[in-house]
Amino acid sequence: MRADFSRRSFLRGSALTTAGATLLTNTAALAAKAQTEDGPLLSSLPSLGPDVVPITLHINGTTETIQAEPRMTLAEALHGPLGLTGTKIACNRGACSACTVWLDGQPVCACMMLAIDVGERVITTIEGLAHGDDLHPVQQAFIDHDALQCGFCTPGMIMSCAALLEHTGEPTADNVRTAISGHYCRCGTYPHVIEATLAAAKAHKA
Amino acid sequence: MTEHNPRTAIFAEGIAGIGIGTVERQISDDEPPPLPPNSELAVIGKAWPRPDGRAKVTGAMRFTVDVFLPDMLHARVLRSPMAHARVRSIDLSAARRHAGIRAVLPIASPDDPARATLRYVGAPVAAVAGISIAAAEEALHSIGIAYEALPFVTDVDKARDPGAPLVHDETTAPPGHPSGFPAAPDLPLNGNVRGPAIAKRGDVTQGFGQAEVIVEGEYRTAVQTHCCLEPHAIVADWRADGVTVYMSTQFTSGVREEIAEEFRLPLNRVRVIVNAMGGGLGSKSSLGNYGRIAIELSRRAQAPVKLFLDREEEQMDAGNRPGTWQRLRIGAKRDGSLTAISLLSYGTAGVGLGAGVGNNAEALYYCPTFEGAQHDVFINAGPGCAMRAPGNTPGAFGLEQTIDELAERLSIDPLTLRDHIDPSPVRREERRIGAERIGWHRRHAPGADSGTVKRGLGVAQSIWSANVQTNASCEVRILRDGGVEVLSSAQDIGTGTGTVLAQTVAEVLGLRPEQITVRIGDTEFPGGGPSYGSRMTASITPPARTAAWRVLQVLFGEAALALNAGIDDLIARDGTIAVRNNPSRSVTFRDAAARLRTDRISAIASRSDDYAGFRRRMGDAALAKQDLGGVQFAEVAVDTETGVVRVERVVAVQDCGRPINPRQIESQVHGGVLMGVSYALYENRILDEHTGRMVNPNLEQYKLAGPREIPQIDVVILENYQGQSATDAYGIAEPSNIATAPAIANAIYNAIGIRMRSLPITPATVLAALGRIPARS
Repeated sequence: MRADFSRRSFLRGSALTTAGATLLTNTAALAAKAQTEDGPLLSSLPSLGPDVVPITLHINGTTETIQAEPRMTLAEALHGPLGLTGTKIACNRGACSACTVWLDGQPVCACMMLAIDVGERVITTIEGLAHGDDLHPVQQAFIDHDALQCGFCTPGMIMSCAALLEHTGEPTADNVRTAISGHYCRCGTYPHVIEATLAAAKAHKA
Repeated sequence: MTEHNPRTAIFAEGIAGIGIGTVERQISDDEPPPLPPNSELAVIGKAWPRPDGRAKVTGAMRFTVDVFLPDMLHARVLRSPMAHARVRSIDLSAARRHAGIRAVLPIASPDDPARATLRYVGAPVAAVAGISIAAAEEALHSIGIAYEALPFVTDVDKARDPGAPLVHDETTAPPGHPSGFPAAPDLPLNGNVRGPAIAKRGDVTQGFGQAEVIVEGEYRTAVQTHCCLEPHAIVADWRADGVTVYMSTQFTSGVREEIAEEFRLPLNRVRVIVNAMGGGLGSKSSLGNYGRIAIELSRRAQAPVKLFLDREEEQMDAGNRPGTWQRLRIGAKRDGSLTAISLLSYGTAGVGLGAGVGNNAEALYYCPTFEGAQHDVFINAGPGCAMRAPGNTPGAFGLEQTIDELAERLSIDPLTLRDHIDPSPVRREERRIGAERIGWHRRHAPGADSGTVKRGLGVAQSIWSANVQTNASCEVRILRDGGVEVLSSAQDIGTGTGTVLAQTVAEVLGLRPEQITVRIGDTEFPGGGPSYGSRMTASITPPARTAAWRVLQVLFGEAALALNAGIDDLIARDGTIAVRNNPSRSVTFRDAAARLRTDRISAIASRSDDYAGFRRRMGDAALAKQDLGGVQFAEVAVDTETGVVRVERVVAVQDCGRPINPRQIESQVHGGVLMGVSYALYENRILDEHTGRMVNPNLEQYKLAGPREIPQIDVVILENYQGQSATDAYGIAEPSNIATAPAIANAIYNAIGIRMRSLPITPATVLAALGRIPARS
């Protein structure tokens, strides 16, 4: 699909299908090559954008292709063209973690990466956390323990707490604090978030 | 209107667990019967989960930023880079030519003296609406402005100097508000100083003459920004037949009236919807300049327009809690009796008004004489606005430390002193309960801990005038299939208005809260009140109960026929309607509803006046006769080598009349306490005095208390019955925020023996106070 890039296509061939990290490495290598070959830096790099390009993303068990400008962040892509508005943008610079989603199961700030850099990695958003009507234990615990008020930071907070449960068998309160240490909640839900996550961990284990 | 006869009713009065008596009230015969204490109720007073909890944990909840309409445009605002400037020219031609732009709106204007001057960095200059945010931002970059720089001042002390650059003159200064909030009208303006607003009781000179001890101190608080996680946001959809506005607002019906007035539309052509709010904390109380901009752009573009502020705009031009300076002087007898309090304050709300320090000094303690003189000082900075307990939160930081200081001077325990001078029987209990919880007996002499890390205990109190929206209204419908709806334009700021409405109505109808469908946040429904002033629960739950009770009487009419009983003999309980003295004779709620001839029955009720009357009316609002309050205790650890203060524990004992949902109240008190910890130790809007720019307009350098800084918080909520309304319930938002910072400051004093009189209390200021590093000016 990505081989269809037309006039402004860049990074032809294998680089197109690699994951973001590799893509960045290759970009750096190209830049280094351009420098050593004595040409002006980056002049030999093909450019991508500013027009829209197709971007394919694996999200919540499905694969979606959107037409988006390469400068679009993952958070913007999720909230806008993909209609997954559960991912909230609150600071747009990685300071509040409201936009936290999973990439291959690891929580990341979706505002801090470009959609096109996601590559083959699997995205899980708050909409993809429950199995049908069955909420993730952390989601249910957030309701039961009133670990939310206005709810704007809640999706991101839940993604981080749920990731903790997936990776840590018996988390301590301090583990939870660490997991949410990048999150801001102006309503002050932290005490109930910690309580809820520890309760969910027990339920998860049982 | 039907005339209703008053009848005498007996209400519970007093504090549950301490002593509940009764009080007799005259109430109208269309008011529901007195609601018994929570211990006798099925639903109210229990920790029901939020009805919208599932939507919030699954990401399904739609906030204003999540609204997407067909053909919707995106707006961005060009903002002043100058702290004070006259706009000489403005060239919008390139923006108009931009292929992606559909509407352009000049805001500053060189030709209009009222709009030619920009007074703060971040002031709106022009706005555009285009097919994408990126297109709109490109167009903003193409706008050419010629500014003539004017002298400016961003420091509140320098702004008071006689030769300081003038921010406003008589014609441009904001006029004040008749209610006195944020500041009274017609106060004198001298240079940048507006005021004083004077409050007096007795003769303070005489009072100080009678004093045997006088304490005096100066206190300063920094500007705090609201930092709602959800930005200010609006989607305006202007059409030929009227405008629909989706907006994150604390006052849906108030914004509707503002729009009608500003755009000269009848109310029936203005609809305001807020499906969900991501916090407001006072900053989303009115239409705001961004709201006007989006609506005007939609009108011009003939298309829906979405505008939301980015974080930098949030920090610069979305309101803030004003910074304050106050000097307090308190005179007392040796036994602790107060003889005089005087208060002088100068605060700044930037180019706006309302930088007072509240009514703590005037109203919290019994003192025969008081004199207060409060001033607003204009500086070239974004306008302040209400923020969680405006006035009283910065005010308490001064008063409660002064009282602490007085107690020490008199060698009286701070709690004992307050027992002597605080007339509130509720706070007396709160002090007793809190002292037990925190282990007040462990409190040592100031600075008595040996070692590097010194611990201390402190206490402070809050006072907040209970207030209600006198026209708050609510509709309750019973549908023929047994469904129940409660409808109001009242919005949920995020604290759980929907939950308390569902509980209130369910209690009346004998149903469970999850059987009640709550439809709120839409001006299509009866006008609810604002989510500010800790006013919502006090305003909307009484009419909700009244409407539910009235519509139930109609349903009882059907049930009475089915049961061959009198209406007055029926009760609604556990999903049935039964004969009170013979509960086996019953019909289910659903079967009774099925007997209705129409598809629904409905009742609309408005907030009745408090049964014992109000203290004072202010337009559509009124001050209740009683106050809300609370007492908070803090335990801190101060590292005297690093200056780092750690708040280890806070005990918050609060009252809000009848608690409807203790769990939600606990959550809200956590928020009040954490915001207080944050205010005490971290938050500080820093302006560069050379450019007028905020140097930390974000969420990483504007430091908030986060998960690593939370203390253990114990919340105790009193049930305090007063027989004032159909629910006797009040709010908790503001009283839970007022006492935290002074309790922490008093605990720090107890730890290190040095009084920290300026907020925020940072490691640098602690080390300077300890003499370990030089003080910074």
